[in-house]
Amino acid sequence: MSQATETETGTSEDGRIESVSGPVVVATDLGARMNDVVYVGDEGLMGEVIEIEGNRTTIQVYEETSNVAPGEPVENTGEPLSVDLGPGMLDSIYDGVQRPLDVLEDRMGAFLDRGVDAPGIDLEKHWAFTPTVEEGEDVGPGDVVGTVPETESIEHKVLVPPGHEGGTVESVAEGEFAVEDTVVELDSGETVSMYQEWPVREARPTVDKQTPTTPLVTGQRIQDGLFPLAKGGTAAIPGPFGSGKTVTQQSLAKFSDADIVVYIGCGERGNEMTEVIDDFPDLEDPNTGKPLMSRTCLIANTSNMPVAARESCVYTGITIAEFYRDMGYDVALMADSTSRWAEAMREISSRLEEMPGEEGYPAYLAARLSEFYERAGYFDALGDREGSISVVGAVSPPGGDFSEPVTQNTLRIVKTFWALDADLAERRHFPAINWNESYSLYRDQLDPWFEEEVASDWAAVRQWAIDTLDEEAELQEIVQLVGKDALPEDQQLTLEVARYLREAFLQQNALHDVDAYSPPEKTYLIMGAIKTYHDEAFAALDAGVPVEEITSIDAAPRLNRIGTTEEYEPFIEEIESDIEHQLGDKY
Amino acid sequence: MKEYQTIEEVSGPLVFVEIDEPVGYDEIVEIETSAGETLRGQVLESSEEFVAIQVFEGTTGIDREASVRFLGETLKMPVTEDLLGRVLDGSGQPIDGGPEIVPDERQDIVGAAINPFAREYPEEFIQAGVSAIDGMNTLVRGQKLPIFSGSGLPHNDLALQIARQATVPEEDEGSGEDDGDGSEFAVIFGAMGITAEESNEFLADFERTGALERSVVFANLADDPAVERTITPRLALTTAEYLAFEKGYHVLVILTDMTNYCEALREIGAAREEVPGRRGYPGYMYTDLAQLYERAGRIKGREGSVTQIPILTMPGDDDTHPIPDLTGYITEGQIMMDRNLNSQGIAPPINVLPSLSRLMDDGIGEGLTREDHGDVSDQLYAAYAEGEDLRDLVNIVGREALSERDNLYLDLADRFESEFVQQGYDTNRDVGETLDIGWELLSTLPRTELNRVDEEHIETYYREDVDTGVAGESENESEGSADADEAAAD
Repeated sequence: MSQATETETGTSEDGRIESVSGPVVVATDLGARMNDVVYVGDEGLMGEVIEIEGNRTTIQVYEETSNVAPGEPVENTGEPLSVDLGPGMLDSIYDGVQRPLDVLEDRMGAFLDRGVDAPGIDLEKHWAFTPTVEEGEDVGPGDVVGTVPETESIEHKVLVPPGHEGGTVESVAEGEFAVEDTVVELDSGETVSMYQEWPVREARPTVDKQTPTTPLVTGQRIQDGLFPLAKGGTAAIPGPFGSGKTVTQQSLAKFSDADIVVYIGCGERGNEMTEVIDDFPDLEDPNTGKPLMSRTCLIANTSNMPVAARESCVYTGITIAEFYRDMGYDVALMADSTSRWAEAMREISSRLEEMPGEEGYPAYLAARLSEFYERAGYFDALGDREGSISVVGAVSPPGGDFSEPVTQNTLRIVKTFWALDADLAERRHFPAINWNESYSLYRDQLDPWFEEEVASDWAAVRQWAIDTLDEEAELQEIVQLVGKDALPEDQQLTLEVARYLREAFLQQNALHDVDAYSPPEKTYLIMGAIKTYHDEAFAALDAGVPVEEITSIDAAPRLNRIGTTEEYEPFIEEIESDIEHQLGDKY
Repeated sequence: MKEYQTIEEVSGPLVFVEIDEPVGYDEIVEIETSAGETLRGQVLESSEEFVAIQVFEGTTGIDREASVRFLGETLKMPVTEDLLGRVLDGSGQPIDGGPEIVPDERQDIVGAAINPFAREYPEEFIQAGVSAIDGMNTLVRGQKLPIFSGSGLPHNDLALQIARQATVPEEDEGSGEDDGDGSEFAVIFGAMGITAEESNEFLADFERTGALERSVVFANLADDPAVERTITPRLALTTAEYLAFEKGYHVLVILTDMTNYCEALREIGAAREEVPGRRGYPGYMYTDLAQLYERAGRIKGREGSVTQIPILTMPGDDDTHPIPDLTGYITEGQIMMDRNLNSQGIAPPINVLPSLSRLMDDGIGEGLTREDHGDVSDQLYAAYAEGEDLRDLVNIVGREALSERDNLYLDLADRFESEFVQQGYDTNRDVGETLDIGWELLSTLPRTELNRVDEEHIETYYREDVDTGVAGESENESEGSADADEAAAD
């Protein structure tokens, strides 16, 4: 954290602890402002001011407070909670207050001890800086002054920080520098280095927000095909435990075509984060072929790490995302899970003895959620550039009940809703996204892109699939009562077609090398192959072929194998022609 | 060490004391009653003038004259390898009449979080010898896999069976689990508020099988103070971490019953007049439970592991109740016990459909268990789920009204329960046996129905000799499967 460099600020403002209750500490005589970072107790535990009442200041502490006693000192840094921004954030893994976990391991071993601080980016490391401006050029906030090869896949752009006045470049450096070294000097007396600092609770400035029109291609058939998300859009994945929220989030982190991925494990399992840490360096980005980690920043605040740091980790994440957006990148941010974040707010709020709102959550829950999701969008960044942040938040509703406050308040904000379903998960239908409950409000604005890039009848084929699935849902209700065989033949056939839509199209095996990623072309072709079967089958039915004969052709079950077939195009052609022949032979 | 006789208020399990020198949060306290009894407690809230103390043994006998001593440190567990074979009470005092415990170390019972960066991802298959677990919800070393049960269900028998049978196949070759070269196996049993009868059942079984000598038992019984239950699992886990990460044991921790633990949390919360969350449980229960469950895992470069099997009884068999709900969000899956299966006499009565092991996929497959494991389990899940659905329909329209295909699935669901899940508590099946039973069931379906199994595996394992039991019933329908068989023979 940046405040490591700020600890010299006036000691006269320091106070002492009056009382301790879990992560909430009250101090007296502390001359701090709201949201300032303070160091609490003899061990110097990091905390943040969250309430000021007369001479009493309430602090949430980001570390375990066992054995901290009243009377111990509280030191004020005079700075709000900030993140360090600069090259070196990709390929890193941080805790909720941007302490690098690998550095923490070096310093204190396998268990997270207290009172250890470390800067978010390596201040010693030298980076190769290549200027893109010359002496005499005019630059303003957001303008690129040079580039740094941050990782294999990402070129880090060094920007004039927002808040600088800007001016004419007086001198430019080139070569290897540490992040805090000055690389550009302006005639206004201002200097630019690779390093910036930004308070996490404040959105970084931009010029304007646009309506997103490009999809975030996820490689997941149900998502791209039926419920697409835009670059710069917001989505929620609510679902009870065991329904596959984390697997869905991880698939997005692995396969979506964003330039940068910020993955926040907020109050989730330690082993899950370890899996990400272990897997990502070995995985390839399907779009560039480069290691996945070289475009990823991980933030891990597991459920047993201090609750206050859980509250702050989503802000740390989105501030990092904004920094890369400012460089003109498309950033995808996954927050797993926002319910844990909301619960952290609730926990702190109840320790403050605030008047609770619904289900004990603080009354400001809705405001905080919408504030966070509003930081997503497709932006005109400072310095004449476009960049986007797409936010995908997992929600863990207690008991899988979507009427609880976090789900409801989230749904009021997000435009794509991927509803996970325990019932589907139980029968191992993955991704367990319920197609009847989910929706995407981006469909209309994204259809032109799909029609341009993939197929001109994309929207029409999708509508056919949705209609068929809808019809199936209605027919299933009847089947529950009278059995399938009591239905008329055409309805039986519809059920059969819908079954293939479910099994061959909607289901996707995240663990299978080939099936895990389905490009939009493949998604479209699978939908098309099933539609071919539908059209041919109904033609045969009209010609008087009994439904048992239509459904028993051996080409149809092969539809289920397209997902796992690497050379899918010839395979699909073969199936389609077999379907035509086998059905054509019957009449 | 300062002594006070300034108790202001006694309320439920809490004591409020006026002080004049600061006391640390979480610090340990001794209270001596006027009757000469010494009670222990912990600081829950500390301010300059007074502290709130939670008394583990309950506040009976405390009056305003009682004297309060602050020990200046947080609660520690004396740990040593010699703990193996011992029986302790819920606050860590020996109750087996054995010698005094001479600790190697005293460790803080509030364990620090393991740095996710230092964790080793769990992927070593543990063979529990139970088909419904090994085949469908595989357990791996370092996992936390709770048993969601209900009152009156045989969860203890299942836990004991796992504790008895659990092995890691590769290391098992030639050597029994007791003779340990390399990594040894230990069981830590943390009982919270269980009846003396249940506790005796566990101890008797441990003694009968000789497991006691590699076990440490912490017993907080139903009539022991409720507040003590909040520290029992922490003592157990501290011991487990010591044995695993310092002494290289593979530790299996069984915690029962987590429901009683949560009740104790609620009791303290209510006494402190906190704003309650769902159903009166404290708002921080998720964090609190996470601090227990997350103390499972493996650490890079260290020999041992901590695997947890917490048991909880779901009030009213409701898995949306806050206790199972929050647990499910933290643990890596769950094993669900089912009342219907139990009344049908299926042992163990595990309902695999709502059960789940999140770490299964990385612990199975070629080189770990068998290459067809994942496919078999997926297919069985899908088939059993379909059969389950059809049962509702049979109740309405009768079996005759269903198609051939539907009847196959119905039969499979019945056989799945009576042959795959059913095995009794004394049968130890290895994973190969379990998968073979799976194939026997799957082979009652035509090959074309096995859409989740790789064709190679179908080739190797599909059994042609299995009687589907319906071949003669309807000629028309079986054509489909006959065709498929021919096609496969080509």
